[in-house]
Amino acid sequence: MSDLAWYACYLTTGKHLSFYASFGTVLLLLAITAPVALGFGFAGAMAARSHVFPLNWIGKAYIAIVRGVPDIAFFLFFVIALDQGFEWLRHQVKCPDWDQPIRQGSDFVVCDAAKLPLNASAQWIHETYGFLLAVLTFAIVFGAFAANVLYGAMRAVPRAQIETAEAYGMTHRQSFWRILVPQMWVYALPGLSNLWMVLIKATPLLFLLGVEDIVYWARELGGTKNPRFTDYPHGDWRMWYFLVLLVFYLVFTKVSEVVLDRVMARLTHGQATSGGEMQRKAA
Amino acid sequence: MSCWETIADYGLRSLGIGERLLPRSDFTLCQQVVLIGSGMIWNVYFGVLALASGFFLATAVALGKFSGNPWLRKPAEWFIFIFRGSPLFIQFFFAYFLFLSLKQVAPVFTPFTSAWVGALVVLFLNTAAYSGEIFHGALLSIPKGDIEAADAYGFSGWTRFRRIVWPTMLRLAWPAYTNEAIFLFHATTLVFFSGFPAQQQRGDALYYASYFADKTFNPFVPYPILAGYFIALTLVLIGIFGLINRRLNRHLPVARRARMRFRINAIR
Repeated sequence: MSDLAWYACYLTTGKHLSFYASFGTVLLLLAITAPVALGFGFAGAMAARSHVFPLNWIGKAYIAIVRGVPDIAFFLFFVIALDQGFEWLRHQVKCPDWDQPIRQGSDFVVCDAAKLPLNASAQWIHETYGFLLAVLTFAIVFGAFAANVLYGAMRAVPRAQIETAEAYGMTHRQSFWRILVPQMWVYALPGLSNLWMVLIKATPLLFLLGVEDIVYWARELGGTKNPRFTDYPHGDWRMWYFLVLLVFYLVFTKVSEVVLDRVMARLTHGQATSGGEMQRKAA
Repeated sequence: MSCWETIADYGLRSLGIGERLLPRSDFTLCQQVVLIGSGMIWNVYFGVLALASGFFLATAVALGKFSGNPWLRKPAEWFIFIFRGSPLFIQFFFAYFLFLSLKQVAPVFTPFTSAWVGALVVLFLNTAAYSGEIFHGALLSIPKGDIEAADAYGFSGWTRFRRIVWPTMLRLAWPAYTNEAIFLFHATTLVFFSGFPAQQQRGDALYYASYFADKTFNPFVPYPILAGYFIALTLVLIGIFGLINRRLNRHLPVARRARMRFRINAIR
């Protein structure tokens, strides 16, 4: 019984509450990143389809470049590159009469007014800025994957549909928005749901971007605690904390899979695809 | 110091051969290229060994999931679900701390706490699960006629598997398996960021790239170098797997051969 009381107290310490809150951080990251990445992907797919010269090359390069290179390399790269890029832009605007070079040896020096966030800012601003950088990084990388899926889906819409639209006198723009875009989703959904699973499984990489996420807290809380510094001493429990994370992700992906299967079943209902045909025969 | 000397000093640094200390300041481009390339040894090591050993377990797992016997099917399904449903990053962390705890109980597990064994075990199981799922999908799409023809010729049991089922499964699965191989190599970069220590700074390519990025505070040199190495590695893989694909399909007329298509499945 005293064991139970001990655990009840241990599992509700302030640090543990931060640990539970960091699950919220992960969900928040997913909630923001998914739509933003979809937006990036849509823009990328549109750029790759366009007939304007530099634009279609940029779109195709954006899609192609994530294929050959490990994604964590992108994560580690963008987090520093974006930070420095923003500071450099602010530096150009705010301190035009600065005459020293930006890169001095191993240092990246911008004027104080251009620092992001400002040195004087509160701690939560620093944390929020770090989190937003992480979100933007995720959105850029996953936007490229989404662009690949959407580009394929746009090409999967039967050509006859577009020709019919053109025969009715629609412009290129009209046929794109009114005919192509509404029809492409059913072709994109398998790819996008796969991408959602990949995105869930990429969330622990937040740890590498310096955000205090579940991995950070699991390492922090699980480590051996000395009786001198805490009321709740224990040995090395990191294994159990990571087991909890493992189970969390397993449950999360399983639930997502079930939900996405239902959405797919709803969307294929009555469609002239092999999936829709199978539903018709089963009924 | 000329670039040749740098290659002599740091070319095998990731194995612990050559100069002991990493450069600390005044990094030259040559140093970055050589050290990151030296780290690639580990990526290739993990990738090749995990792929080669995982292939056999993957075949077993796929057959298990395909079998009608629930005692074989259920464990295979759970194995695939656990390794495909959770992030590789968390698997690495969990395995590392698991091996640390086991080490206290049985000293046999001491080598498992270092990356070259421990991470390899995780990658082996992980790729076995992903490829097992691919092979299972291929088993499901073996044409009925092939099996019927095998039965008609009197093939059964092991010979039928060895001569008919297995080659057809490989042939159908090969394009997807190529992707899996590419992403396995990409996944090897996670090893030294997930608990497993890089003893005496003997790390993989990404470890050195992030070392340079941290020290110079300039990501625009080391990461593109790393990207170059990985694109080259990906092209080599596609070449090798393409050759095997040609051999697997050599009996088919050219027009009916499965084309190699490369799809993204990214982080695990």
